[in-house]
Amino acid sequence: MSEDIILSTSGLTKEFAGFTAVNGVDLSVKRGTIHALIGPNGAGKTTCFNLLTKFLAPTRGSIVYNGRDITRQKPAEIARLGLVRSFQISAVFPQLSVMNNVRIALQRKRGDSFDFWRSEDVLRSLDKEALALVEAVGLSSFADLPAVELSYGRKRALEIATTLALDPEMLLLDEPMAGMGREDIERIATLIRKVSKNRTILMVEHNLSVVASLSDRITVLARGQVLAEGDYVTVSKDPRVVEAYIGSGVGHGH
Amino acid sequence: MAEVLPADGSVAHAAAERSTASLHRNVMIGIAIALVIAPFVAYPVFVMKVLCFALFALAFNLLLGYGGLLSFGHAAYFGMASYVCAYAAKHWGFNPEFAILAGTCVAALLGLVFGSLAIRRQGIYFAMITLALAQMVFFFSLQTPRFTGGEDGIQAVPRGKLFGMINLADDRTLYWVVALIFMGGLLAFYRIIHSPFGQVCKAIRDNEPRAISLGYRANQYKLAVFVLSATLAGLAGSTKAIVFQLASLTDVHWSMSGEVVLMTLVGGLGTIFGPIVGAIVIVSMQNFLATLGAWVTVIQGVIFVLCVLLFREGILGVIAKWIKKPL
Repeated sequence: MSEDIILSTSGLTKEFAGFTAVNGVDLSVKRGTIHALIGPNGAGKTTCFNLLTKFLAPTRGSIVYNGRDITRQKPAEIARLGLVRSFQISAVFPQLSVMNNVRIALQRKRGDSFDFWRSEDVLRSLDKEALALVEAVGLSSFADLPAVELSYGRKRALEIATTLALDPEMLLLDEPMAGMGREDIERIATLIRKVSKNRTILMVEHNLSVVASLSDRITVLARGQVLAEGDYVTVSKDPRVVEAYIGSGVGHGH
Repeated sequence: MAEVLPADGSVAHAAAERSTASLHRNVMIGIAIALVIAPFVAYPVFVMKVLCFALFALAFNLLLGYGGLLSFGHAAYFGMASYVCAYAAKHWGFNPEFAILAGTCVAALLGLVFGSLAIRRQGIYFAMITLALAQMVFFFSLQTPRFTGGEDGIQAVPRGKLFGMINLADDRTLYWVVALIFMGGLLAFYRIIHSPFGQVCKAIRDNEPRAISLGYRANQYKLAVFVLSATLAGLAGSTKAIVFQLASLTDVHWSMSGEVVLMTLVGGLGTIFGPIVGAIVIVSMQNFLATLGAWVTVIQGVIFVLCVLLFREGILGVIAKWIKKPL
């Protein structure tokens, strides 16, 4: 079971006018692992991520999730299959309270919610579960606050609580630590490790120390192609990787 | 960071929601009382005009304030419903309740067709498509005088007898019917925005990509809220046709779409009761400043600019901020 592949791509390619952002990427993510996608700026990580989450349509290649071809699926549909993404810019519902942010995800269990004639009191049964999730990310004292009033780090925490409310089989995290202070980073890293039990996580992340401590497997992208793959020790010693990072002229905090 | 026990959090959460709900209930009761008193202190036809426009503004606010969709062609649903209701009452001899129902249903259908075209685009493009479609309705109305009466409109629409029994010719009698329709519309609006459906709409309004990533098919919700809004706008337009015994090109003109935007912004976008206040302000202004002629439009323009510059939340938005509770 541990060698089981949950998500794979073959020959995944995305061309924008006159520019190939992602070029023939073959990626395999093993079930139950934390897999990181790294690379210097402009390597195509975010494009790759958007292809996997269906927010972009690939020019060529295919994506298979749990044995099902999802290459042409719409974003809402893959969420329904248990493949849920987070966003780089904190993605909360700013005017909804912290509680209702989480509850809107729990509400998905009811299926579609087109019942405009029913009172929202029917959602009360979800409150307990919502609060438990809010508490799990350390936000219980902010439960009634509109999400817009949270600090950046707490918005990220709320976003993770909302994502977990869907109980997804696989999480795709887009730079979960972007713009965070050291204290927040440690808290979110602990949280990611905690939720990775019984789940698969694929993340794009800039912070290499986070990648080193969290990931089971790392894929390095450069100029839209896979440069290297393996665990952190293997990858960090690969001369091509070192060169790609130095060549890009961007320093990364260790 | 101060941690609160889950039980306390849950209780606090429920208590906060209950106090907001009871505030809203009290405001509703206040509105009902005001509706009972109004015809004795004000001219009933004037109050009915305010109520029709308030209902129209509520419909618009449902779409913009809670669906996040700026339609610049809401006159189409208001005006077309007005025509259909007037035509059905005058030429087919429909009872007023069926004439209003017919107008409302046509507005819903029109909303379904126009909405499914418009929701394919976002932001300013969405607004432009709704405007273009509404202009089509305007020119259609202008070009089909056999149906709309062209420049004359449909005049002398019979108010008829409600359920074939209650004669509505008397303003006072009609007033109670209109007040009930308005109250029904307000309660429907309140229920919609506080339903499981309303929750999803607010989420999509706040952050559409995120709502999609949670598995919500955003376009279906947007279309549904569009149709509901068009339906309520149709109810307002139909009722207006019965009250004034007239359906005219004014009802489908783009300036009507602009007026409803103005009412909603003045009253408070995304507030529950704001559009009612906005309708009262704008309709009163038009009535009491009527002697100034074209200057009314100028004054409206000034108010609009002041509103946008000074209090963007609108009248009730500002009050809601003071009392720290949604209104």
